[in-house]
Amino acid sequence: MKEQLQRDFDNIIKNLSLSQKDIEIKRFYLDNFIDRGFPNRREEDWKFSDLNQIIKKNIGELSFYSDYTSTNKVDTSVFVDGLEHNKIVFINGRIEKIDFDYEKKNQIEIIDQSETINKFSNNNSLSDLNNAFTNKSFKILLKNGYQLQKPLIIYHTTNSKIWSKNINLRLDFELGKDSSLRLIDLFNDTSEKNFLNIFYNFNLKENAVLKNYKVDKLENKNIKYAYNNIEQDKNSISETFILSSGSNFFKNEINCNLNGEYSSAFVNGILSLNNTKHHEIRTIVNHLTENTKSYQLIKSVLENSSKAAYQGKIFVNSKAQKTDGYQLSKAILLNKDSEFNAKPELEIYADDVKCSHGSASGSLNEDSIFYLMSRGLNYQQSRELLINGFLLDVVEKITDSEIKNLIKNMIGIKE
Amino acid sequence: MDQRQKEIDNLKDYKYGFSTDIESTKAPKGLNEEVIKFISNIKKEPKWMLDFRLKAFERFKQLKEPDWQKPKYPKIDYQDLYYYSAPKSLDDKPKSLDELDPKLLETYKKLGIPLQEQARLNGIAVDAVFDSVSVATTFREELSKLGIIFCPISEAIQNHPELVKKYLGSVIPTTDHFFATLNSAVFTDGSFAYIPEGVRCPMELSTYFRINASNTGQFERTLIVADKGSYVSYLEGCTAPMRDENQLHAANVELIALDDAEIKYSTVQNWYPGDKDGKGGIYNFVTKRGLCKGKNSKISWTQVETGSAITWKYPSCILKGDNSVGEFYSIAITNNHQKADTGTKMIHLGKNTKSKIISKGISAGFSDMTYRGLVDISSKASNSNNYTQCDSLLMGNKCGAHTVPYIKNKNCESNIAHEATTSKISEEQLHYCQQRGLSTEEAVGLIVNGFCKEVLQQLPMEFAVEAQKLVGISLEGSVG
Repeated sequence: MKEQLQRDFDNIIKNLSLSQKDIEIKRFYLDNFIDRGFPNRREEDWKFSDLNQIIKKNIGELSFYSDYTSTNKVDTSVFVDGLEHNKIVFINGRIEKIDFDYEKKNQIEIIDQSETINKFSNNNSLSDLNNAFTNKSFKILLKNGYQLQKPLIIYHTTNSKIWSKNINLRLDFELGKDSSLRLIDLFNDTSEKNFLNIFYNFNLKENAVLKNYKVDKLENKNIKYAYNNIEQDKNSISETFILSSGSNFFKNEINCNLNGEYSSAFVNGILSLNNTKHHEIRTIVNHLTENTKSYQLIKSVLENSSKAAYQGKIFVNSKAQKTDGYQLSKAILLNKDSEFNAKPELEIYADDVKCSHGSASGSLNEDSIFYLMSRGLNYQQSRELLINGFLLDVVEKITDSEIKNLIKNMIGIKE
Repeated sequence: MDQRQKEIDNLKDYKYGFSTDIESTKAPKGLNEEVIKFISNIKKEPKWMLDFRLKAFERFKQLKEPDWQKPKYPKIDYQDLYYYSAPKSLDDKPKSLDELDPKLLETYKKLGIPLQEQARLNGIAVDAVFDSVSVATTFREELSKLGIIFCPISEAIQNHPELVKKYLGSVIPTTDHFFATLNSAVFTDGSFAYIPEGVRCPMELSTYFRINASNTGQFERTLIVADKGSYVSYLEGCTAPMRDENQLHAANVELIALDDAEIKYSTVQNWYPGDKDGKGGIYNFVTKRGLCKGKNSKISWTQVETGSAITWKYPSCILKGDNSVGEFYSIAITNNHQKADTGTKMIHLGKNTKSKIISKGISAGFSDMTYRGLVDISSKASNSNNYTQCDSLLMGNKCGAHTVPYIKNKNCESNIAHEATTSKISEEQLHYCQQRGLSTEEAVGLIVNGFCKEVLQQLPMEFAVEAQKLVGISLEGSVG
């Protein structure tokens, strides 16, 4: 793998016009990655999902170079109907379209950051990989007081032109004072056996509101890792919803730093898996100052030999008095071979806090099924009704009604 | 005057902090094959036992000291320790209590375990372990009438080799982790108990551990085997003198419950916790593991952890037999600069197995407390259940409380439920108590005792009273 990395790296550098210093920085991260390789189960954060093994088993040899010089045709049929929205379209890792038609142009700035390096660090080797190999990166800046009229949908599309490739993406968002953004990440894959490594950074200033919905619904054989870093200033609110279902492997990681007083973070997630899929959600919420609040709800439904993991951590430092931290994960195992692992963690250094977590996993409640069947439903219907209700709970947490309906339609959850 | 006041203050905090001035035989300092042979030789052990130790030592040499735990400690120099220390007067074993060195008797009297009176009054059989050797075991005759074997493990190796050979290392193999393997190589003494088929042990068995000599590591090994349909309740208590250095205590405890047997193991751990500034104290790195080998067997751990500079242990249950039950009740209290990383592991292998974990952690002062636990339901453990509850109470914002549960469910017919909360003593509760005339300290004591009640109830009577007092003492001075 080492030679491949070196070779692909040189190819990428050739196509970028970087300063010598930036190339050196990139090379530093490359060397770091070569040193550490893909994360494996010996690392605590990857205990339940050995990415190294998963890539080996599903993809085999990866190549890290993509030719970004030719454009891809944007297939408009994938666009969401019935919801006016702004678009960013990634096709096979290349940005094909940025379109903020519905917004005031002078309120949004799109800055091409490809020529300068802004580093991500999250303590795992995938950030090194991303730092070394990202090709284009943009910063999207919302001016103070501007609230986006329409939601922004980012289409992550891959097609059959690529195979066994690693794609590294990154986006940087800055939400000015009193601004707000509704963001949907829509994964749309017809390709197979690629590894997507996506890093987002959000910087929320005072009173900013971020709503991020990540939807991975379509069946595909890709392996994905997405890392969201969210920095929150005073009174800001972040809401993250994850629907993790389509890919072969998907690990979503949310790192949220509540830096300002009265800031709050909400993370809700659904892991709905079948076949041999293996998904994980890992959240870290750092309460760093007084009067901050976080709420997390993760629900999983596991069929066949699928595997889900949830690692959630609430950290409260000694300054963060009056913290409210709540975390709940629930899983239903439908099949003998399905597996659910959880590590809900509390690390608390302040005394005037209310923190709790709960985790439960088990089978469908036979009593409830009996109740429904005694009212005339058959077994299959009762089962579906129960699972439907179980997941609806999470979808109902979505605060934007337009998007709530969209997502309900997408996953076919009935009210 | 200041010096004296200090001494008085110290004594108030830890009344078992005295040391006994007694001449002792020690093994040469350091860890090597010679020392292991010396220990084996002085215990007049058969060859298989020496081989067991050497095998463990071979393995130990390849192992690295773990460092994933939360409380970090300065590196221990394993060559700078004495691995064997015994009062000289015990060199040629005294036949009865009357021949025992009066100094030793005095020591145990001071600790509240008078070996002679105890034998008559309390109805608890005691095995007293002083540094590396067992000094006395009471009530042995009465127990032997029922076929119960209760003796120091060094005696058991000689008198009941077939039992020891069969079970020693069957739950904690010589190839286990760093400290367990070290123990397998150098363990000195400990208790052995065997309850024969169908016997319900009529009294509590108990071991009292005391570290006296300085620069000595205590490595004791306890093995309890409950044969089919038997029942035993076992108590363990520990204290040590106040010394400025940190002392290592790395014990192994193995429990084996066969069909329909039940073992109840209770610990009140009160090792010297170090002084107010975190100087000195015991490193309590203990491996405790129980195997529910037979059907319908049950193992229950109850622990009250108030002492030690660092407590690092996870009493575990391997639920191998169908319908077996594992329980873990724990109160851990840390004050001043104490650190604890404790919890349990429940490994469900058999069908219809059940486990319950109740853990209460209280941290005050500058201390740090971690609950770390594992619940693992394997794919064969159909219809199994686990319930976990861990609550933490924080006093002040200089201390920490952490919860790190690992939950693995591989069986769709099994259920796991886990709950954890962290909070402080509510102002309303305090106010309510104070309104009714209690001082702040009394009120806190009352509330904390209520917080711990679920666990305290699990302790045998005599222990429960002591533990309740201990909870109060450990938290003295933490409110204000």
